Amino acid sequence: MTGNIVETSGLGKRYGRTWALRECTLALPAGHVAALVGPNGAGKTTLLNLAVGLAEPTAGAVTVLGGLAAGSAAALDGIAFVAQDTPLYKNLSAADMLHLTRNLNRRFDRPYAEARLAELGIPLNRKAGKLSGGQQAQLALTLALGRRPRLLVLDEPMAMLDPLARHDFMAIVLTAMADDGVSVLLSSHVLAELERVADYLILLSRGRVQVAGEVDGLLASHRVLTGPTAEADKYAERPVVHAQRGQAQAHLLVRASAGDPVPPGFQAHPVGLEELAMAYLREPGAGALPGPAPMRQEAAR
Amino acid sequence: MTALRTPARPERDAGLRPVPWRRMAWVTWRQHRTALGGVAVFLGALAVYLWLTALQLHHSYATACHPASSLGCAMDFTGRYGITSIIVSIALQAVPPLIGGFAGAPVLARELETGTFRYAWTQGFGRRRWTLGKLVLLAVAVTAAAEAFSVLFSWYDQPLFAAGYAVPFSPRVFDLGEVAFAAWTLAAFAIGALAGMLIRRVVPAIAATLAVYAGLAFATALWLREHYMAPLLTSTLNLPGSASIVNQWYTKGGKFAFPARGTQIVDAVSRLCPGISNLSSAQCLARHGYTQWTSYQPGSRFWPFQWIEGGWLLALSLLLIAGAVWLVRRRAA
Repeated sequence: MTGNIVETSGLGKRYGRTWALRECTLALPAGHVAALVGPNGAGKTTLLNLAVGLAEPTAGAVTVLGGLAAGSAAALDGIAFVAQDTPLYKNLSAADMLHLTRNLNRRFDRPYAEARLAELGIPLNRKAGKLSGGQQAQLALTLALGRRPRLLVLDEPMAMLDPLARHDFMAIVLTAMADDGVSVLLSSHVLAELERVADYLILLSRGRVQVAGEVDGLLASHRVLTGPTAEADKYAERPVVHAQRGQAQAHLLVRASAGDPVPPGFQAHPVGLEELAMAYLREPGAGALPGPAPMRQEAAR
Repeated sequence: MTALRTPARPERDAGLRPVPWRRMAWVTWRQHRTALGGVAVFLGALAVYLWLTALQLHHSYATACHPASSLGCAMDFTGRYGITSIIVSIALQAVPPLIGGFAGAPVLARELETGTFRYAWTQGFGRRRWTLGKLVLLAVAVTAAAEAFSVLFSWYDQPLFAAGYAVPFSPRVFDLGEVAFAAWTLAAFAIGALAGMLIRRVVPAIAATLAVYAGLAFATALWLREHYMAPLLTSTLNLPGSASIVNQWYTKGGKFAFPARGTQIVDAVSRLCPGISNLSSAQCLARHGYTQWTSYQPGSRFWPFQWIEGGWLLALSLLLIAGAVWLVRRRAA
């Protein structure tokens, strides 16, 4: 596939007088499981709503699936969206929801959807409103995957799930990703879960993109330095993202690759995704973004 | 549990044809069959009642009313069924707003209230087509049901017309006519749909629908309807019973004297014809050189008026439905 699965330039959305998202410029390549992370009110849901065409941008533009206008007929056809709290018609049975989704889309793989529900033990004749929260989330995911989308957008899919159901849910998503090349964009604030599944990270803070990049690249370009607190401030010229100072020891998250020299008295450790995300979330001023130049190349491709 | 493979997806679909409109029929039926069933049961129950009463009415008219002006007709027919027919026709005024409130208002309001619009509007069907398809199908269904019902009502009302008990332009029967009733039902549905989109919550949207409908219906009956066509003018005292009087006044020597209602006419009659009780005020005034003028709508204009009312209500309904579709397109999540 060519082009970016989601691409935004100067995207902004204002509700009343508040900007929920502003100057969001992003190029998400196809073939990733991208995690959209940020504190509450950072604009995650707004960005997803703009990408699936539920909301109209106040400023800027957003394209999906390699240059289609978000919300256009072709874009709707190729994107499946599972909204927050997985809204379903509570008075319709699971079978009716399958039939409804089949009727509202050009493609729907009913045998696949029925087999998945059977495997999950969700009775077809049970009303959606009578299913447990986890089952409702699984039903919504089944409906979305049955549409055979090119992009699956999930807004806080794990909020309603217990740890076991989270595991199962993400396993299904990863299978879809591996088998069919479905790109996935999901928002969450359950950082620990994301480490296992996401290979692309977008960190939103106060309506702006703070970090965006492939997880491998981000992890490779950051190091945790541990050393005496007294020495910590001497290395201020290094791009320190976040410093955690104890009585004797300080932990610094710095932008540095494996080959970079380690200051004397300090030890370097690789960083985990959760640790990296937390550090950036604590420092809304810091940023790790690809520059504008590579972005334009991305767009031109 | 991950053993099940995800379905293979065709890489590129040649020529993106939209999801066919006919699919919306099942969707609409499945989602709104309770509301449609409710309308059917409600109108059906009323229809059974009307049917049974109408049989009695027709039978009674056939036996008692030849001629319709006979005393027997007045006693055995209009005396027996007149009041009931008035109550029935007044109660039926509530049918269109109830359909508008309970079948029209929830269509969009429930989606917005429960958040299911996030599901519905991100499916391949497209949200503008989804709204248009749904509203048009439901509007046609409730309008057709109302039309069938009004045909039954006019059959029920026919002997009362024939006996001169009901007049065509009476506000309580005019909007139950065979064009106006369906048009009012359609308008109530459209008001409900738009109110649901604007208010976004079911119960307040139902209340708003009832209120707006009542305002529109009263304004039409009180002020608008008599102006559909320029009224006829006559100085005769014997107007046909089917005519609807718009205004009445007196002139003397070609100049306006006083309106036919009010204190001035009472004063004039008691001054000109004191103590004469066997004269009507019109006859009294005629003797003294006054001319009574009446502007009126003749009963023969019943059908033109039905079509005029049906026409503007249809235009209004289309406008309201178009407004709802436009709002759905525009609404930011």
